[in-house]
Amino acid sequence: MNNVAVIDYGMGNLHSVSKAMESLGDDVRVEITSDASRILAADRIIFPGVGAIRDCMAEIRRLGVDAIVSQALAASKPVLAICVGMQALMESSEENGHVECLGLLPGTVKRFGGETGNGVLLDVDGKRLKVPHMGWNQVQQRQAHPLWQGIEDNSRFYFVHSYFVAPTDASLCAATTDYGHTFASALSKGSLFAVQFHPEKSQHSGLQLLRNFLAWDGRA
Amino acid sequence: MALAKRIIPCLDCDKGRVVKGVKFEDIRDAGDPVEISRRYSDAGADEITFLDITASSEGRETTVQTVEAIAGQVFIPLTVGGGIRTLEDIRTMLNAGADKVSINTAAVVNPEFVREAAARFGSQCIVVAVDAKKVSEAGEPDRWEIFTHGGRKPTGLDAIEWVKRMVSYGAGEILLTSMDRDGTKIGFDLALNRAVSDAVDVPVIASGGVGELQHLVDGVLEGGADAVLAASIFHFGEYTIPQAKQYMAEHGIEMRL
Repeated sequence: MNNVAVIDYGMGNLHSVSKAMESLGDDVRVEITSDASRILAADRIIFPGVGAIRDCMAEIRRLGVDAIVSQALAASKPVLAICVGMQALMESSEENGHVECLGLLPGTVKRFGGETGNGVLLDVDGKRLKVPHMGWNQVQQRQAHPLWQGIEDNSRFYFVHSYFVAPTDASLCAATTDYGHTFASALSKGSLFAVQFHPEKSQHSGLQLLRNFLAWDGRA
Repeated sequence: MALAKRIIPCLDCDKGRVVKGVKFEDIRDAGDPVEISRRYSDAGADEITFLDITASSEGRETTVQTVEAIAGQVFIPLTVGGGIRTLEDIRTMLNAGADKVSINTAAVVNPEFVREAAARFGSQCIVVAVDAKKVSEAGEPDRWEIFTHGGRKPTGLDAIEWVKRMVSYGAGEILLTSMDRDGTKIGFDLALNRAVSDAVDVPVIASGGVGELQHLVDGVLEGGADAVLAASIFHFGEYTIPQAKQYMAEHGIEMRL
């Protein structure tokens, strides 16, 4: 059995990711839970997230999810963070004014168009881009990593977000994507892999990434 | 490298069955939304929109089960619309596996509902669907009004002001249907699309009037749409999704091929 725990802290739809994992094999058992002992007993962990960061962080702290993720990483257990789950790992986020995050990865979370002062995001031709960044965009692999196995470079994945992570350590960047400017769409550190896109909604490429995660021993 | 424009087939369902029928080769059950969704996903659809037109509450139960079944087998984004009136309706659909819900009449009846929904579930899953009709006379500047009840009931709301308000309340995307064009197959109302797309920062899905592939291209290039929604041209097998994507790509539009 390949036991996967999806951390449940009351934010958003966890069924998509759990169903996508279950579709990958009869030996995959997925549990959606906030119970620390259940999560730490699993072979691998998914740290999802959707919605506003302040509410996410409040629930993460209330349920002790911060300690669970730290313990799992200390034990080199494979952890896949998705979307706001990825953002929660950074030091802080510009969303909702300013929100302190877990600080497990160095860097901050910024808003698309935040640099211009008027919130407008422009492409290279000076055309205004829509925010949220919603839809299928290309993911350029920046590292050889077991989670990219069988996925062509520049494959498209499904994104939906208004904020992006800006890591201060460029060596953590596992992939980048262009939207107005280049941003980190995947980060990797030890047994942690974090993605801004939704693999559970990214059809073949997304399922392949989840398949790779199921086979991953946590070593880069 | 750029974000791709999206093609979204729309399934109208009554009590868990696709109405209008779908013509695919070798399909076992032309009314089964799960099989049809899977076919569209395999063909390269970028999202699926499931529009529930079921009137009865028992029927709604079936809808939830259908959404669960689709979400268990189709791993692309799924939007569910039709009869979304309360925060509980939204929670039910998201828990069943929908990624977004589309709110139409309930937003007109109570605009604050959109604000509450976005605050509770996040803008990323709140689509506001607007049905607009041109009300300006010839020679006047273009003006469109929001209608409900399938285009029969005027609301007095100016379409452009309305979409701006909905976005300021937290709508993450606008599904824009021209009631003048819906079912006509003569193409989108491009002036309406352009006016709405320029008025808001969030993505706009163009809907209503697609009869040929050039209409999809026009919707993006002239109407400024971020996504195009169509039902009958795909359902009745006039065009396939790969044909549509290829055609759009050949006209310089970034697509996921």
